[in-house]
Amino acid sequence: MNQNPRRIVLLTVGGLVVALAGTFLLDPYRNYLLALVAAHLCAIAGLSLLIGRTGQLSLGHAALMAAGGYGYVAGVKLGDGAVPDGLQPVLGLIVAVVTASVVGLLLGLAGARLHGPYLAGLTLAVVLALPALTSQIPALGGDQGLMVPFRSVPQALSSLIALEQWQAWIALTVVAVVLGVLATVDAGASGIRMRAVRDDEVAAALAGIRPGRIKVQAFVLSAAAAGAGGGVLCFVDSGVRPGGYGVTLSLLLVVGVVVGGTGRLAGAAIGAALVVLLPWLIGLGTSGLDLPAEAAQRLDGNLAVLVFGLLLIGLTVAAPTGALGLLTRAGASRKRSAPSIPTTSKD
Amino acid sequence: MTSRSRPAIRRPATVFLAVAMIGATALTACSTPEKSGSSGEAKDVPGVTRTSVKIGTHTPLTGPASAGYAPISKAAAAYFAYLNAKGGVNGRKIDYVVKDDGYNPATTSTVVRELVQQDQVFAIVNGLGTPTHAAVVDYLNQQKVPDLFVASGASLWNQPEKSPQTFGFNLDYVREGKILAHYLQEKNPDATFCVLRQDDDFGKDLTTGITQVLGKVTAEQKYAVSNESLTAQIGALQQAGCTVNLLGTVTPFTALALGTAAKMGYRAQWAASSSGGDYPSLVGYLGEDVGPKLLEGLVAANYLPFDADDDWVKLFRQINTEYNADAPFTGNTIYGMSMAYTFAEALGRAGQNPTREGIVEALQSGSVKSNGITPAAFSATNHDPFGGAGITVVSKGVQAYLDGQVFTTDAQAGPVEAYTGPAVALTGEGIPGK
Repeated sequence: MNQNPRRIVLLTVGGLVVALAGTFLLDPYRNYLLALVAAHLCAIAGLSLLIGRTGQLSLGHAALMAAGGYGYVAGVKLGDGAVPDGLQPVLGLIVAVVTASVVGLLLGLAGARLHGPYLAGLTLAVVLALPALTSQIPALGGDQGLMVPFRSVPQALSSLIALEQWQAWIALTVVAVVLGVLATVDAGASGIRMRAVRDDEVAAALAGIRPGRIKVQAFVLSAAAAGAGGGVLCFVDSGVRPGGYGVTLSLLLVVGVVVGGTGRLAGAAIGAALVVLLPWLIGLGTSGLDLPAEAAQRLDGNLAVLVFGLLLIGLTVAAPTGALGLLTRAGASRKRSAPSIPTTSKD
Repeated sequence: MTSRSRPAIRRPATVFLAVAMIGATALTACSTPEKSGSSGEAKDVPGVTRTSVKIGTHTPLTGPASAGYAPISKAAAAYFAYLNAKGGVNGRKIDYVVKDDGYNPATTSTVVRELVQQDQVFAIVNGLGTPTHAAVVDYLNQQKVPDLFVASGASLWNQPEKSPQTFGFNLDYVREGKILAHYLQEKNPDATFCVLRQDDDFGKDLTTGITQVLGKVTAEQKYAVSNESLTAQIGALQQAGCTVNLLGTVTPFTALALGTAAKMGYRAQWAASSSGGDYPSLVGYLGEDVGPKLLEGLVAANYLPFDADDDWVKLFRQINTEYNADAPFTGNTIYGMSMAYTFAEALGRAGQNPTREGIVEALQSGSVKSNGITPAAFSATNHDPFGGAGITVVSKGVQAYLDGQVFTTDAQAGPVEAYTGPAVALTGEGIPGK
């Protein structure tokens, strides 16, 4: 139980290597889904930290992801001709994070004075304003958004891996960096300050912590994570379109946080997987049922929403601490019951 | 959250393991889909077996856009059911997989990958929408999947050099704008012409065509699909004294524009594109009571068979009754069935053993004529089907083609010329090759 940053780096790199190796087990479509899960995980992990550690509820993270997407396009355009082709996505991702951080800073500065529903309202307004903004600013390409040139697998790897696997690699690498940074910050002094601010702002201020500053820092960090996620999505889909970053996505991100367990990065992974995979799994389920054509058409799309809603209600009733909370509780009760079994030999 | 602070998370590796586990269990639980064509065909063509051809599409079945577009895929499915009942194409039945994308480009990316990689479709047919399909056009071409008859008239689909697999279906919006403007100018040379358009490639291309013919228009107003009101835009047109308004609008916004103008007591000649000028659909939006009054005199371009006594329309009505649960018969129905017929025709031309390369070659050879009022003219350098359109007018609640008002033109600066040739006639009960 040490908080050694080096340990976090080692674990992150180790986890990344395992995950990259894991992509060889998946077919292209599942690798593509894995890339989507990773992109959403960036945003959900950042949001989870923000809600769990500082108690700031943001409904604007879809807009921050969009900011990342537009930043990615800008970065690629900036690098066009100036840097080698292979480095353009890297530049794109850096600009994506910077753009989202700047937007996050502005939002955080305004939001640090607001609590609970008022902050949620402010951030919600930003998401709602996004389509208006993109249609008013010609450089953002209106409803159609912006495209970036399609990126194939680098020549050296093209015989070894498919396009989707390559996209999954990039996405996993980015999410590794994001999770590593979030875990480091959370384990360090900043994490303690955040919790202090969340629990009691006055007490934290008396202890010499400046609550406003800490909240803004947390917001910027979380925005940067969302921006990285948006950048990855833009890389995978070779473009950014405002239609994909509406209120629905914002709410889904919050759902991902709640489902996994607020403030827990491993829970965020469960949440991200659920948000991305559930509609697909339900589609698979209904196609296996062999329903009459008309019923299938009615259910298509609608059923996923319905099941999602029911699952969420069920989960919040059964496991208020999220899926991860449920798992740890189950683990704890198993441990509790274990000694009651008469055993003599332990170790 | 309780006030007790949780221990810090120190194990990002567990997160990765979680992801990897989810990847390994949830995903590989359904193992890698094996290639189709297990029927012992000589060639391994995705989606093609001895008895069936599987194709897929993306279209909005949920969300705000679904009301306007969902009937298209249903109509296409009805035509394929009719075709299959009559024996299919070269003994193969069409398996038409429809995926909902909610008109959201991010979802389109996902469902199209699912169709290509998981369902192993032979081709994507009639993927609907400009912003949505733009998200997948590069992917489909990179994967060499035939991307046939995109349900959008944007110029993006006619780029044979860049996107050799992609073919459009709608009349391209530039041509449509030129033809509409040409007709209106001939009819009222002294009018004040204005444009209300959607702020995307659809509206932009249509306006390019309009200004090609008219020069500059007096006023040009734009809206985004996310807008909920057109009061400001209609007010501006009224202020500018516009007497003829050309609409680069989709159906709900055509209805909204006409309704808003009526509320403001603003009377003008309205002219819509084929994507926003279908009378039955517009009445559906405006209501049976006021719709017919507001729509009287509406001018619209169209390029598919439309008049009630046309042979194609009669056949499609019959198919709609038998295979589509007698759903409301609108321009969407005709559109969906025409597109489905065109695919069947192309598949037939691709020969006894269709391949992905084969169907693209068949289309580029120009042998596929479709069923438009001007024959389709695909070639190696042109991936747009139709070169011309006719003018329809609503008169006493009936929308019909005007005699002798069919024109052809190009998508550049060429002139608009009257077309006197025949429309493509119905043969063999609408079953290609019969």
